[in-house]
Amino acid sequence: MSMRTPLSRVRGLGSAKEGTGHFWHQRVTGAALAILVTLFLILLIAIAGRPYPEVIAVLSNPFVALLMVLMVAAGAWHMKLGMQVVIEDYFHGGLLIAAVIANTFFSIAVGLATALALLKISFGG
Amino acid sequence: MSNSDAKAGRPLSPHLQIYRWPITMTMSILHRVTGMALYFGTLLLAWWLIAAAAGPAYFDVANAVFGSWIGRLVLFGYSWALIHHLLGGLRHFVWDFGAGFSKSARDNLAYANIIASAILTVLVWVVGLLLH
Repeated sequence: MSMRTPLSRVRGLGSAKEGTGHFWHQRVTGAALAILVTLFLILLIAIAGRPYPEVIAVLSNPFVALLMVLMVAAGAWHMKLGMQVVIEDYFHGGLLIAAVIANTFFSIAVGLATALALLKISFGG
Repeated sequence: MSNSDAKAGRPLSPHLQIYRWPITMTMSILHRVTGMALYFGTLLLAWWLIAAAAGPAYFDVANAVFGSWIGRLVLFGYSWALIHHLLGGLRHFVWDFGAGFSKSARDNLAYANIIASAILTVLVWVVGLLLH
C-alpha cells in the first residue's frame, strides 16, 4: 500500500511536469504516421506526373484529403518533438529556449500551410 | 624505463583507433539525420500542395522543378530518408515491446533496416516510373 497522498502521486511528473508525455506522443504520432505515410506513398506513385485536373480530382476526394490532413497534423507534431530532442542535445541556455521556440513555430507554420493548401484544393477555392 | 613507456604499455579500454564501429551506431545516426532531412523536406510537400492550390500555371512550374534531374535526385533521396526513417521507427517499436535486444537481433534488425529501405525505395521509383 502506498503511503503517498493522491495529490502527491499526480504531482510526480518530474522536472518538466509532463512525465513521459514527450516520449509517448512521439510513439503515438509515429504509429499513426507509419500507416498514413505508407498510404501517401501509394497515392503519390499513382498521381505523380499526372495532368493538373486529375491531381486536383484525387486530392479533393474527401477520403484522400482526410488522410492527407491527418498525416500533416501527425507529421507536424512528430517532427516538432523529434527536432526538440536534437536541439536539447546541442543547444544550451538562452539559445536552447530560442531554438525550441523556433522549432515549434516552424513545425506549426509548415503544418498549417500544408493543411490550408489541402483545404483550398478540397473546397475548390 | 621512462614514465611515458610505462603508460604506453597499459591496456587502453575502448580507444577510438581500435574501437570496432557497431552497425547500430550508424543506424542511430542515420535515424537522426534522416529525421532532420525529413523535417526540412516537409517544405517540398508544402510547396507542391500550395502550387496545386494556386492553379495549373504554377503547378506546372513546381512539376517542372520536381521533374528535372536535380529535382528527381532530391526526391529520390527524400523518399529513401522517409522509408528508412519509417522502418527505423518500426525497429524502435520492437524495442519498445522489450524484444530484439540481443546482439544478433540488434545487428540483424539494423541490416534488415538498411537493406529493406534501399529495396523499397528502388521499388517505389520503379513502379512509379513504369506507371507513367
